[in-house]
Order: sequence, then C-alpha cells, then structure tokens
Amino acid sequence: MTSELDIFVGNTTLIDEDVYRLWLDGYSVSDAVALRVRSGILEQTGATAAVLQSDTMDHYRTFHMLERLLHAPPKLLHQLIFQIPPSRQALLIERWGYYAFDEAFVREVLGKKLSKGTKKDLDDISTKTGITLKSCRRQFDNFKRVFKVVEEMRGSLVDNIQQHFLLSDRLARDYAAIVFFANNRFETGKKKLQYLSFGDFAFCAELMIQNWTLGAVDSQVDDMDVDLDKEFLQDLKELKMLVADKDLLDLHKSLVCTALRGKLGVFSEMEANFKNLSRGLVNVAAKLTHNKDVRDLFVDLVEKFVEPCRSDHWPLNDVRLFLNQYSASVHSLDGFRHQALWDRYMGTLRGCLLRLYHD
Amino acid sequence: MPGKLKVKIVAGRHLPVMDRASDLTDAFVEVKFGNTTFKTDVYLKSLNPQWNSEWFKFEVDDEDLQDEPLQITVLDHDTYSANDAIGKVYIDIDPLLYSEAATVISGWFPIYDTIHGIRGEINVVVKVDLFNDLNRFRQSSCGVKFFCTTSIPKCYRAVIIHGFVEELVVNEDPEYQWIDRIRTPRASNEARQRLISLMSGELQRKIGLKVLEMRGNAVVGYLQCFDLEGESGLVVRAIGTACTLDKLSSPAAFLPACNSPSKEMKEIPFNEDPNPNTHSSGPSTPLKNQTYSFSPSKSYSRQSSSSDTDLSLTPKTGMGSGSAGKEGGPFKALLRQQTQSALEQREFPFFTLTAFPPGFLVHVGGVVSARSVKLLDRIHNPDEPETRDAWWAEIRQEIKSHAKALGCHAVVGYSESTSICEEVCILSASGTAAVLNPRFLQDGTVEGCLEQRLEENLPAGCGFCHIPYDELNMPFPAHLTYCYNCRKQKVPDVLFTTIDLPIDATVIGKGCLIQARLCRLKKKAQAEANATAISNLLPFMEYEVHTQLMNKLKLKGMNALFGLRIQITVGENMLMGLASATGVYLAALPTPGGIQIAGKTPNDGSYEQHISHMQKKINDTIAKNKELYEINPPEVSEEIIGSPIPEPRQRSRLLRSQSESSDEVTELDLSHGKKDAFVLEIDDTDAMEDVHSLLTDVPPPSGFYSCNTEIMPGINNWTSEIQMFTSVRVIRLSSLNLTNQALNKNFNDLCENLLKVTVTAVAITFDKNQALQTTKTHVEKSLQRASTDNEELLQFPLELCSDSLPSHPFPPAKAVTVEKASPMGEGNFRNRSAPPCANSTVGVVKMTPLSFIPGAKITKYLGIINMFFIRETTSLREEGGVSGFLHAFIAEVFAMVRAHVAALGGNAVVSYIMKQCVFMENPNKNQAQCLINVSGDAVVFVRESELEVVSTQQPTANCQPSCTGGEVTT
Repeated sequence: MTSELDIFVGNTTLIDEDVYRLWLDGYSVSDAVALRVRSGILEQTGATAAVLQSDTMDHYRTFHMLERLLHAPPKLLHQLIFQIPPSRQALLIERWGYYAFDEAFVREVLGKKLSKGTKKDLDDISTKTGITLKSCRRQFDNFKRVFKVVEEMRGSLVDNIQQHFLLSDRLARDYAAIVFFANNRFETGKKKLQYLSFGDFAFCAELMIQNWTLGAVDSQVDDMDVDLDKEFLQDLKELKMLVADKDLLDLHKSLVCTALRGKLGVFSEMEANFKNLSRGLVNVAAKLTHNKDVRDLFVDLVEKFVEPCRSDHWPLNDVRLFLNQYSASVHSLDGFRHQALWDRYMGTLRGCLLRLYHD
Repeated sequence: MPGKLKVKIVAGRHLPVMDRASDLTDAFVEVKFGNTTFKTDVYLKSLNPQWNSEWFKFEVDDEDLQDEPLQITVLDHDTYSANDAIGKVYIDIDPLLYSEAATVISGWFPIYDTIHGIRGEINVVVKVDLFNDLNRFRQSSCGVKFFCTTSIPKCYRAVIIHGFVEELVVNEDPEYQWIDRIRTPRASNEARQRLISLMSGELQRKIGLKVLEMRGNAVVGYLQCFDLEGESGLVVRAIGTACTLDKLSSPAAFLPACNSPSKEMKEIPFNEDPNPNTHSSGPSTPLKNQTYSFSPSKSYSRQSSSSDTDLSLTPKTGMGSGSAGKEGGPFKALLRQQTQSALEQREFPFFTLTAFPPGFLVHVGGVVSARSVKLLDRIHNPDEPETRDAWWAEIRQEIKSHAKALGCHAVVGYSESTSICEEVCILSASGTAAVLNPRFLQDGTVEGCLEQRLEENLPAGCGFCHIPYDELNMPFPAHLTYCYNCRKQKVPDVLFTTIDLPIDATVIGKGCLIQARLCRLKKKAQAEANATAISNLLPFMEYEVHTQLMNKLKLKGMNALFGLRIQITVGENMLMGLASATGVYLAALPTPGGIQIAGKTPNDGSYEQHISHMQKKINDTIAKNKELYEINPPEVSEEIIGSPIPEPRQRSRLLRSQSESSDEVTELDLSHGKKDAFVLEIDDTDAMEDVHSLLTDVPPPSGFYSCNTEIMPGINNWTSEIQMFTSVRVIRLSSLNLTNQALNKNFNDLCENLLKVTVTAVAITFDKNQALQTTKTHVEKSLQRASTDNEELLQFPLELCSDSLPSHPFPPAKAVTVEKASPMGEGNFRNRSAPPCANSTVGVVKMTPLSFIPGAKITKYLGIINMFFIRETTSLREEGGVSGFLHAFIAEVFAMVRAHVAALGGNAVVSYIMKQCVFMENPNKNQAQCLINVSGDAVVFVRESELEVVSTQQPTANCQPSCTGGEVTT
C-alpha cells in the first residue's frame, strides 16, 4: 500500500515556525522529520511518525508555493491564495527570516559578482561552511534578486530595499551593503581579510555609500547609491602630492608629531612609521581610478595600514588619535589646496580604518 | 421583464508576464453576459493595469439573470497573432437578485485559468437594477432565497415549512462531445465550467418557481449535486426544503449573552404562551397509570402487520388510530390524522433540514434508506430528463413507504447521493422517519406557531425518542422500554437518525464520532452483469455496516446515533461502504448492554481462555470509553422500569431495501434471526479479525473530540477560533492478492490516519496558543481544553486506474478520500495580547462546514456560493506531483470562494461543503485533471464581543429582554 496523494489544506494558512526554519535551513523533508522527532514533538502531541511526515510534507508544499510570493513580498500582502493573518506575514519575511542570511555564507560571497559563475561555487561554500546547499542557494538568490531590483533605481538604496522587500531597517542596511559590495566587487576573500566580519564590511559600505557615491553629491541620478563617484575617484589623484612633495610630507609629519607627542603610547613607532603609513593611505587613494585597485581597497588598507600598526601593537585609541590628527593636520598645510577632497576621502577612510583595526 | 446588469472593470494586479521580450503584458478585458460582449481598452505594458472602464450595461431578462453567470475574460493583446487568454472569472449574480442580500458585488477576484491556476487578480464592480415583475406566467423566480444550511438560518424565523422541492437538469457533457477531439483542453474545461454554471443557475431558477408555487419565499437545506455520467451525460440535481421565512427584525431578541448556539435556540421556548393548546392538554399523562401488562401484549400480536413494500399513498389511518388509542389516548390519533392530512397533499413529505425549530419534531422513528442500481444510457433528449426523474421518484416513493411502515408520515434529514463507475450508477437516498408537528406545515396557523409547543407537560428532551409506531405491530423486531426520562412512553433501546441532535435532548456525557468502514471485492464485469453483481453485494454490505455501527456504539457505551451518513461507493473491482455518525448517550434511552463473545468450539481449553481474554478486553474498553466520554447515567432501579420484552433481539432502526435495475424491490430484515444481537461469534479467523478490528479502533488522543453533527454533544465551551481543513488522500493498493479482510484493515487504517492528521493540525494551533501565552499563569493553562468539533465528511469515489504503469503487475485501485474538518482551536484566546492581532480580522474570510460561527452572530445572509472548478495540468511532475497539484488547486479554490464572499461584503462562509472532488491522473503523460464543486452560504457575522459593546450602547429597553432571557437559560 503506497500513499500517492496525501494533502491537508486549511482555510487559514497556519505555519509552524519550527518547520519553516527547517525549510529555510534547507533540510529535506526526511531530515526535517527526523529533527522534529528528536525535538520530542511526538511525545508532546501523541501523534505518530506517519502523521508528522505528512504534516511536514504539507508544510513544505505550502512553503514551496509561498516562495514565489516571498520573492516579491509586497505581493504577499495582496495575494489571495493564502489567507495568512497580516501579523504572520511579516514574520515570514523578516523575523522568521526568509531574507535572513548566515554570516558565514555572506562572508563567502561578499564582493563577488552575483552571477552564474559564483552560483556554481555554492557547492564548495556549502561544504566549507556546513550550510546546506539549498539554504546557500536561497540566500544567494535573495542577494541576487534584491540586487537586480534596486540596482538601477533612483533614491536611497536602503529605502528602496525596504520598500520592495518589506525588510526592517537593520536588514535593509545589510542588504544595501551586500548590493554595494557586489556592484563594486570589493575583494573580501583574501586570507589577510579573513579576520574581518560581515559587520565590519557593512559598516564601511554604509560610510562609503554616504560619502563616496554619486548619491552623496546628487540625489537625482540613476544608480546613485551603488556606484562610486567616478569624478571623485579621479580627483583623488591630486592627493598624491601629500607624499610626493617631500616638504609637504615632512611638514605634515611634524604637525602630527607635535600634536601627539606625549599623548600616544606608541609615539616612537608612529614617528618612525609615519611616512610609510601616509604613503600607504595616499597611494590607496591615488590608485582608486583603476577598477582593479578599487576592488583591492580593503586588501590595501589592511596591508598598508592595519598590519603595520598591528605589528607595532598600537592600541585602538592610539590609532584613533593618530588618524584624527593625521586628517586634521592637512588643513594646516598651506601648500595643499584640496582640503574638501581630503575630507571626503579621509572622513570615510578614518571611520573604516577604525572599524577594520582589530584582531 | 428585463433587468439591467452593470459591470465596471477597475483594475488588475499581479498579472503574469505574457510578453517574454518586454517582461510585461498588454492586457484587456472581455465582459460577457449571455450573448452580449463588451471590451475594455488595451492597457499597454503593465502587470498592474488600470482600466477604470465605463459601466458596461446589459439589458436582459430576469430569467437570464438567474441562469447565466457573468463571464469576465482577461486577455493579452497581440498585434500579429491571436490574443492570448490570461484567465477568467465567473461571477454568479444571483445574490444581487434578492431584495435584502447584497446590493453590489465589488472586489478583487482571482483570475483563474484551468491550465495555469490563478494568474493575478482583477477588480470588478457589478450592480443590478431589477424591475418588479408581476407576471403570473413568468419563468423566473428572482427573490427566492437559497440556503445551504440545513436548519432555519439564524436571523430568520420559520413561518411555514412547506416541504420538499426537487429538480433535475440534464445535458450532454462537453468533455464527451465530438468537438472535444479538436479543441484544446482549456476550451473544453471552460465549456464544462460554463455549462455547469448555467445548469445550476437554471436549476435554481426552476426550484425557485416551485417554491413560489408553494407560496414559500426561501429554500433551506439546498443541496445541489452533479452526476458526471461520462458518455451518457451530465446531470445536475438539487433538493431542498421550501419555507416561508421572516426576517427577525430586532437582533436583540436573541443573544447577545449566549456563546453556544444551543442557548440561542433555547431562549425561544420561554416566549411560549402559558396556556396550553387544546390538543396538547395532557392526554399523554394518563399513560403513566396505565400499567401495561406485557404478557397479554404478546398474545395480542396481530396479523395485520404493516407491509414495508406497500407503496400505496393512502395513509393507513385505521391502523394509526388503532394503535394510538392504546398508546397514548386520542391525542395521538388526532395529531396523526391532522398531520397526515397536511402532508397528504404532498407527493413527498420530505425535509432536507437536520435541525428544527423547537416543537417541530414530535417523534423520530429511525433511519430509512433506499438504494437502487441503475445502468446508465445516453440522455437522448436533454429537455426531457424523464428517466432520471423516474429513477429518483421511485426511490423517494420507497423511502416514503418505509417511513410509513415506521408509523411516521414524514422524513427529515433527507439526502440523496449517487456513485457512478462506468455505466453503473448507485442511487441512494436516506433520511429519518419522523412525526412532525402539523402546525408548521399549514398555512392557517401562522400566528404563534413558534411559541406553542405540543407536549408541554412532558419533560423536555425525550419526546422525540418515543416510538411513533404501533408497539404491537412493529415493522421489525424491537426491544421497547419505558422512557427513562418521563416513564410514560415507550422508547426503543437504540436510535439511529440522520438529523442533528435536537437542542432540547438530554444527553449524558460527551458524544463521539463512530464510523463503520467496509470494503468488498467484486469481480470486474460489464454493464448488466456488473449491475447485478453490485445489487447482490449491496444488502450484505448494508448489513455489515449496520452491525459494525451497532457494535462500535455499544463499545462506546452509547445508545443513539445522530447525523448518520452511509456512503456506498462503487469501483471497478471494489465496493466500499462508509458510515459515520455521532454517538451519544441519550438519557431517555436505556443503558446499552455489553458485548458478549461466544466461541463455537467450546471444548478447546486454550480457545476458551482466549475468548475470555477477549471478553475481558472488550469489557475494559467499554468501561474506559464510559469514563472518557463521561457517561455515568443515574442508576435506575429495575423495578420501576421492568424488563418489558423478555426476548432480546437485534433491534434495528435501520430499515432499508435496495432495488435492482429490474425495479424489483427486495426487503432485508436486519434481525439476526434468533441470535442475541450482541453476541459476537468467533468461528474462524476472519471473525477474529473482526473483533480485533473492533478493539483496535484507535482511540483519539486525549483532549480531542470529534463528531459529525453541528453541535458537539456535551461540550459547550466553544471558542471563536475556527479553522477549516480539506484533506485528500489517495492510496494505491495492489489489490489482486488482497482478501476482503486485509482490505478492510487497510481501509480502516486509512480512515484512522485521516483522523490523526486532523489531530496534529489541532496540536499545532494548540502549540501556538501556548507560545502566545507563555506569560499566562498556570491556572489559566489548566483551563485549556481542546474542544474540537470535527465536521467530517468522507467520500470515497473509488476508481480503478486503467492507465497505470504497464510494468505494474496488479491493477491498482485508488481510493480518494475527502475529509473536511473544522477543528476549533481552543481556549483562552481572549487574552491573546499580541497587538498585531487586533486588526487581523480585517479582510479575513472564515470558512466552516458548520451552520454557525461560534462566538459570533450572523447578521446577514448574502446568498449561496456554488462554484465549480476544473484544473488540468500537463506538467504534473514540475508542479510537485499529484500532491503538489491538488494542494495548489484546493488552496486556489479556497481563495476564489473567499474572494467571492468578500466581494459580496461577507466575512464568512457557513455550511461550506466540498460536494465533489474528482481526480484523474495519467503519470505517463505527466497529466492530471481535477474537478471540484463547493458550496456554502456567504454571511456577515459580528463577533459577540463586539456585539456586546454595541448592545450596551443601545437604549436599556432593548437590552432588558435579552438579559432576562439569558438568565433563565443558564
């Protein structure tokens, strides 16, 4: 006797949070049943394994049908097929997390092109992170879908995401970072960047979106929040004189050293390294005209600044004092005319570096 | 006289992408009614078009208004090729034709395509201007209200209950027309949907005409069925009860204090006229002193036994009055004569109602049923559906004669059904023979018929149990005792009925669902031979089903069955019987005896031991069940009761017959000859199995109760959280090597599993409740009780898959099970504090197979919903196999029903029923097709909590009567 057809449909679509989670995590029906059995649900309800199996199947089928709607959450609110109380609808999207993602997964794909090629690598990512392939696919597709929808839109990236996917502010910001990274293809996978969390990158992304994109100067352009301001990047070459002009470099160093003497625990190390550090930071800026160097931004920052400081055991507070003084002192350099440019660059970079500076 | 139908197409949303190049759609809409078609402009390149059309006006006859559905087709405009259809919406405009129902249909409807399912939604506004028509010869019947509910709708009052109305329309099935070979599946499905829509419209109109002829204004208990007879055609038939209803003007007359429907109804008797009616002035009291000696009663035994097969229409007044004289004085005779005369004018004194106004039901005789096996032939002339009419007339006649044999002049809780397999069709009808109060049936006594009850001086709640037939002249052997309640009248020891538990019945303990399931193999045969084989099997099946029911009832320690539904389904090589009912312990009936087991080989010691072991198990089960259902009847000393009839026999209340195609009527006596009914004999292993299966009926988990009647007997703390489910299962059996027994077992398992599914579903709601209530105190938690009503309907269209995999060694049989259940989620929802829930009632449409919504009051009936859908797929695997396909389809059907109700301005469907669910598949071709027919009443309900707020704001004068009423009831 084989059961061919076994369905159970309710007028109001009731969704068991636990099963939904299991589904999101990409478990197969049989695995989900096994996990539910282990949770002791059979003993609680006095049901049999067969019932649990068919209940899980019913849920999975419902999710499968819901998934299409979850791809465009505003549709979920208006659709008529499933009668889901509004309070529950929000849970499906946000709190119970169709759009939630795993930190481990996002770190793997952050900054990668959201293309078929990357999708093929999901196998490896799945093995590496221990997240099921199905779940990886869902998360990847979510990133891609959000990316596609908001990529060419006007207006604030976060607002657009919120509006089209009904996500919370927090989650929408995370997605904004993911979209921004994917669009600019920042390298995040190098070994020396492994110590950084998604949160670190998301923080930097937000600062960069606010200050370095087209939207930062003009809110009426397409792609305003996802593309870096090319003109700005071009102009950054002008900063090169800060290190190329030896007098300027010396003056800058003496200004910083004077101001920080006695305040810094690592003063001597700073003094010895000043030129190297300054060269590093300015060269990063000057290189940003090339797409390839833009991608390596984080690698460069870590190589040129974070690592030297870390090897000299700078405390975070000293880094902060140094960076503040380093950017502020430029205002006193009479021969330097690009103050505004410097602020736009350094203001963001300072924030990023402080966030990136940890073990 | 014409009416004017006005339609406006407002907008669409979520349309599918029809143009791959642009990922957009150029949509426009065709609006068709009858032969007139209007079109909107093409709205270019949008998935959310805003047509905002003008008002399309159709000037049509009201006859057409009733018959035709409004047909809305959404299409994608294509410059170079034919326009592609996106999908359709059929709107039944009937609800707009009653004066007091909906005035406008307006809202979002899912756009449905029979191949792709729901594809977006469309916003439509429909209005009707109807001119009054006083023409006597008119063909339309606008204004007659239809209700699926099988009781008097909650906000109405029955002035007169006129009686049975039936109608039948036949046509050729478009699926089988020659043209079907050249048209697309979509076109064929749509032709079918349209035709059925048209036919049901016509049917409703014709029934309406009959009602008007009877001077009624409504049809209650309207039951419409489709018989897909394949090659030979399509039959749409309907039965109902014509009534004259009055709308209750002040809602405050009822409620608002009550939360169970029984209370609501109970209030009515308190308005009674204190002066007893002349007829009712205690003629039955003397009986108390009439100590009957029973020995003479035996010698009395008369020759003039009532013949069951007597089809004569003339009432046996002589017999009636004679017996009445002995039983209860002149009163009964009078009553009988009176009612008989009232009912005599009617061809069929049948009522499809299952719940009645207080006092309507006087006595209940028992279940009457009739079946007949017919061979289908092509319907040659659709305009003269005489053959089918004749078939049904025959069966009804039979039912009527059975009822008469039981001393009853009417049949209540009447229903009809068919089961078709190839050319063989089983027609079944069943109901409960009863004696009714004539007052409701006559025109003259409109005044105060509700207020007067007949047997005022009898204790309420046992009158209906008293036997209506002549004790000395019983149509079948029965075991009578004096009523345990009033001790005046005779009652049978068990009572089987198809109606709901009367509200005033005294029940001890709780009720429970009792099911008998049976499966019989039969040889594959053609036409005539097949029909004969089936007719030969039927009596045995009926007999076994009945025995099973009886045994299970005893095992539960109960003595009455309500809402009994017996379904017999025929398949190519199998016959299935399923009986479900709600068992209760009626205080008025005697305590049921136990079940004895006897072996035929008493000399074997170990065998003996085994039997006594079984006996012990059975006794334990009975005791356990009594405890579970809280059945502890008060002990009654034997002397008072006496033991009236010494010879214990099988008393079957079930009188049935079944006739063959040859129209030969055969009678079946259900008594087990001289055997004690409740002795189970174990003579071979088969019987062993039977006993085992009896015992292994899996008990429901604690805290879970199920029944198939409207009200869960013995449980009153309903909550307003309802959830309706539909469950479908198909199980393939490799049947060739199976014995009847094994099949029975499988079948049993299947049914039990079904129940279990419901259980988990409830458990889930349950868990969520608890999750919500984590902060609540323990005390509150202990109050929780899963008071679950489980309105259940099982259908087993059994089909044989001839198109199964060729490699499969056995022809597999397929059983499709359709179950509907509305477990009431439970408990303390009042303290659900989650703020987002506050607005969640907006836009939610509830569905329930019950006729009411617990914890709420129905304020308005908006008309019936009667919808028929076909869904077909040619990519079965891609849609998740059969389960995925059907799951999606059922979800879509729900969605469409909800959308229609919402568009009418309603927020719930009551008396919802899925009447048909036919599923066919061909996995080799990756195809499947499914037909679903659903119906129900669209209503507006108001939560009682809201109602209370309203009523406190009302002037106190209004509040007063309802308050006092509430006090008295409790």
